[in-house]
Amino acid sequence: MRNPLVLRTLLKPFDGAGRAAAFLTAGALVQVAALLVLAVPWLNGGPTRALSVVVAVLVPLALLALASPVLTVVQGARFRGRLGVDIPRPVEVGGATRAERAKRWLRSPTAWRQVQYHLFVGPLIALAGTLTLLAWAAAAVAATVYIWIWALPVEVRVEDIGYTTHAAYVTVAGIAGLYGAAWLSRALARLDTRAALTRLGPSREELLRLRVAEVTESRAGVVDAADAERRRIERDLHDGAQQRLVSLAVNLGLAKATMKDLPEDARKVIDEAHREAKEAITELSNLVRGLHPAVLEDRGLDAALSGIAERAPLPVRLKVDLASRPAPTVEAVAYFVVSEALANVVKHAQASRADVTVERFGGILLVVVSDDGVGGADPSGGTGLAGLAKRVASVDGTFSISSPTGGPTVVTVELPCAP
Amino acid sequence: MRAVIAEDSVLLRIGLVRVLETAGFDVVAEVGDAEAVLTAVEEHRPGLVVLDVRMPPGFTDEGVRAALVIRKQWPDTAVLLLSQYVEERYAADLLSGDTRGVGYLLKERVADVEEFIDALRRVASGGTALDPQVVSQLLLRRHSDPLDRLTPREREVLELMAGGRSNAGIAAALFVSESAVAKHINSILSKLDLPKADADHRRVLAVLRFLGVG
Repeated sequence: MRNPLVLRTLLKPFDGAGRAAAFLTAGALVQVAALLVLAVPWLNGGPTRALSVVVAVLVPLALLALASPVLTVVQGARFRGRLGVDIPRPVEVGGATRAERAKRWLRSPTAWRQVQYHLFVGPLIALAGTLTLLAWAAAAVAATVYIWIWALPVEVRVEDIGYTTHAAYVTVAGIAGLYGAAWLSRALARLDTRAALTRLGPSREELLRLRVAEVTESRAGVVDAADAERRRIERDLHDGAQQRLVSLAVNLGLAKATMKDLPEDARKVIDEAHREAKEAITELSNLVRGLHPAVLEDRGLDAALSGIAERAPLPVRLKVDLASRPAPTVEAVAYFVVSEALANVVKHAQASRADVTVERFGGILLVVVSDDGVGGADPSGGTGLAGLAKRVASVDGTFSISSPTGGPTVVTVELPCAP
Repeated sequence: MRAVIAEDSVLLRIGLVRVLETAGFDVVAEVGDAEAVLTAVEEHRPGLVVLDVRMPPGFTDEGVRAALVIRKQWPDTAVLLLSQYVEERYAADLLSGDTRGVGYLLKERVADVEEFIDALRRVASGGTALDPQVVSQLLLRRHSDPLDRLTPREREVLELMAGGRSNAGIAAALFVSESAVAKHINSILSKLDLPKADADHRRVLAVLRFLGVG
């Protein structure tokens, strides 16, 4: 059904006004119930002695503060149900026992922001809301004054009311009042919403803290997932391609060893294939070794690093001093750091030797990889160092590199690890 | 001599059986995990067990643990571990007791069939076969002066010597004469203050002890 344009324009100010009025009505009811608690000691004339007056004020206040989470939930339901506005839940206080939780709650700024709403803002708006509801009623009566004149018998009617100019004025005032009440209802609903969002929901600071906690958690999840993925790839290659290649090389080796009477050409081909297969094994092994070796999980960083240091085609001195094992994620990152840094040394440094030290100082795992090469390494240039820095940052570690032209290059990585 | 093979990759198991049979071993059982190998050893009492390090169910060091059990319960059984990667920690575990009849080699060494057969026979007859990579991993950790005094060639000889090879074996691997090897070995032993020993095995023991295992 489509209203004619004129009617729609006339009725537009009333859009949502009904919802707002219903919302204000619900608010007034909630507030009356809440404030009744405060009024209990005063119902029978109230206490007279100073001390009991203080008690009569403080006890209901404390009760209100303690009960404010419940009131907040009720208000949240009102906002959601009547206006469709979602008030985010405030940050919960932790605590093992009920008493501890109550204590922490009463000390939290959240509690007092909520009490502010339930005690001052809420009641004021509820009062204004009640007046607005009365204004609705009065305006409705005034606007329909002609109907009253028509419907009511003359005997019960107020004397001077009749089909007069006066009644026309009343009608106009009533219609204006309806527009005013609609505007007021929506304005109050907006005001209430704003007050509730700032006082019943989490504060900006809390929201940020919450967000940071969420982001930290999800980042840790991503880092763990990437580690798990590396392990899976390592496992797949170990069980698949690596075994196949070894088996191929063994078969070629067997052919070489047992078929002595082959023609020279055939022997040459087998020799070549055998050599290639062994080279492929070495290349693949070096690649897979950089991923996430089983020994890292099994025996820790110290044990895993000797394999990678040994594989480097230059002499590496390894010094690992760890009293206990760091977290698996930290171990994996430290392993990756050494693996990547050594790969960089081999590729770019033209070094004659490298030194790797891994030590723990309290809550810090310090990894230093240095070489006596030509220096000039640029972390913004090569993808190797950039990837290394990113992986270190993913666990809140710090990465620094000193590589003056002419060397030496020192890569220093600090990783946080609980002592 | 009877031999048992424990290797979870079927492809490689077939290759290993062929190599062992070529070498004249009688393969009495092939199994795919660490528990089955103990049962097989119990049942067949082989002279040699060839084990993969990474096997079901955990895929970490099951082979090493099984090897330690075998060495403890059946000390006369020689054990040769094979692995995609060699780890000095596993070598240290393996060599912590008796170093006789122990081998620890990279899987890819099997492809050099003749050399691998040498290693098999050496281990089966009570010798030692350590992968050069294990020995160089052990050398990484030693920062003592005597090691720094070794020439690169002497380091190579030391790695092969620690791996359990005889003078002839070292000479063949480095393409030099046996007398040259003997000269290098004398020089190494005196630089490292190790007792001169004629028997290959006692020499291996001394070197391994110097490297901090065995």
